[in-house]
Amino acid sequence: MSLLQIERLGIAFGGLRAVHDVSFSVEPGEIVSVIGPNGAGKTTLFNMISGVYRPGSGKVRLKGEDVTGMEPFLLAARGMSRTFQNLQIFQNMTVLENAMAGFHLQERGPVLADLLNLPSSRKRTRMAEEGARALLARVGLERAADREAGNLSYGSLKRLEIARALAMNPAVLLLDEPAAGCNAVETEEIDHLIAEVAKSGVAILLVEHDMKMVMRISNHVVVLDHGEKIAEGPPEAVSRNPAVIAAYLGTEAADADR
Amino acid sequence: MRLSSKHLTLIIMAALIVAAPFFFPSGYYFRVGALIFVNALAVTGIVILTGYAGQISLGHAGFAGIGGYACALAPVHWGLPPALAVVLGAAVSAALAYLVGRPILRLKGYYLGVASLGFGILVAMVLNNERELTKGPDGIEVADLGLRGLLKDWGLNLSNGEFWYAFTGLCLVIGAWIALNLFNSPSGRALRALHGSEIAAGTVGIDVARVKLQAFVISAVYASVAGSLTALQNKFVTPDIAGFMHSVEMVTMAVLGGVGSVPGAILGAGILTLLPQVLTVFAEYEQLILGLVMMLVMIFLREGLVPSILRKIRGRGE
Ligand SMILES: Nc1ncnc2c1ncn2[C@@H]1O[C@H](COP(=O)(O)OP(=O)(O)OP(=O)(O)O)[C@@H](O)[C@H]1O
Ligand SMILES: [Mg+2]
Repeated sequence: MSLLQIERLGIAFGGLRAVHDVSFSVEPGEIVSVIGPNGAGKTTLFNMISGVYRPGSGKVRLKGEDVTGMEPFLLAARGMSRTFQNLQIFQNMTVLENAMAGFHLQERGPVLADLLNLPSSRKRTRMAEEGARALLARVGLERAADREAGNLSYGSLKRLEIARALAMNPAVLLLDEPAAGCNAVETEEIDHLIAEVAKSGVAILLVEHDMKMVMRISNHVVVLDHGEKIAEGPPEAVSRNPAVIAAYLGTEAADADR
Repeated sequence: MRLSSKHLTLIIMAALIVAAPFFFPSGYYFRVGALIFVNALAVTGIVILTGYAGQISLGHAGFAGIGGYACALAPVHWGLPPALAVVLGAAVSAALAYLVGRPILRLKGYYLGVASLGFGILVAMVLNNERELTKGPDGIEVADLGLRGLLKDWGLNLSNGEFWYAFTGLCLVIGAWIALNLFNSPSGRALRALHGSEIAAGTVGIDVARVKLQAFVISAVYASVAGSLTALQNKFVTPDIAGFMHSVEMVTMAVLGGVGSVPGAILGAGILTLLPQVLTVFAEYEQLILGLVMMLVMIFLREGLVPSILRKIRGRGE
């Protein structure tokens, strides 16, 4: 039994088969990368796995349990966590509070205690704050803790989302282009962080356009094109796969035509 | 220990409430002050619902109506002391907010605004039409709270105006304390997170529908208590307390002062309560002026007065 198992997952928007019949699985401590040209269906796949979209067909199993179409907040309680390609930051909150929000499942309690600022409520807040500060340090944002999240650079926000996702102490972590918009140094830091998190036993599903990064850290690569899985396997094997090369060359040729 | 901004806000509030009477030109201003405090209390509830959680209600006056009429009816019909009638009104408001909000807040989008609008209209209609019980549009007397007499027995002799000024001021400070507690608590963070991004809130495990409902119920209780205090203070209440204009007034006060800010709520309530006292034309053109205020704030001060001013001050400090 795999930790995360995707079985023949599919969804269509109108007539467009954005994802069709995709299956693979992720084990604890493993980094599985999903690659493919723009519009291949990677983010849509993530949205189905994390409960943002209800799949049109197929199944998602988490720890053997069927969780297909389950709401995101319930999946979160079962150990699923994610970041977003197009950033979903709580812009109205500070950097520290964003990270603290990641501790929601651990810090939540009776609302009455929160309204009256009872010691139990303060204790929960303190726990979340300590945890959040440690995570911000881990992604190099400890000095930005009290700044408004909206004022951070794109690369910093990417790391803030990772910190928030890690706060949940997830079993499965979905990262949608975590290094997009980051410079070379930041990319390498994120690279190390992901490897470290995987080493602690978290199953990681990664979407990334930076092929060097993908080849370097993935245990397994799944290739999507036009919503379908066209190849999967170890990184070296996939990079030599003719179908994969054709898919990528195809898009380059199309780009060149424009 | 460093003074937190919460304590600072509360201390400044309390100091202003205590100091203001020294500048009152006449005893009449105790009454104006009490009106401001009661409105500010209701608007603090709007800050929680709209400022923290990002949800809009256009029917909160309905809850004020329930709170007000609970104080008029419960003492007469069930022999409840007025103070317990306030609690009863709050409980009924909370229960109704739960019943109205629960199905609505499962849906994504701005359905709450429409549903609460309907709810407010319904309450106003019942208060107007159930003459047997409510005596209809002319209004109904409300029993005395009895606290002033009690204080007199204990040797503290306050005029009616002074008593209501002090009592509503105290209620407002407590209401602000609770709202500020919530802001920096786990529940408050969840509300503000869903305001920032509902999708991200879900992925960190926040049950968005549930916490929205919490905010709606809490803010309904604020409106209900404010309605009760208005009725008790006036010793009279009319169905206007539940009217649509009262709902709009609450939202406008919150938006003017800064919907995410508790001191903003109080300032907004202060300005829009004082205006009709100073300018008699205001009463005639109330709807026009409220609309104008709302538009101007949206165009020039999106965040409202207090947050905009704070930003200016901080910006200069750096
Ligand atoms: N909610 C939606 N409604 C309609 N079409 C959608 C929706 N979401 C995605 N699509 C379409 O599905 C296809 C796959 O999109 P998706 O965002 O999953 O691609 P991607 O592989 O993540 O691309 P990129 O590398 O650019 O991020 C695209 O054609 C897109 O326009
Ligand atoms: Mg994508």
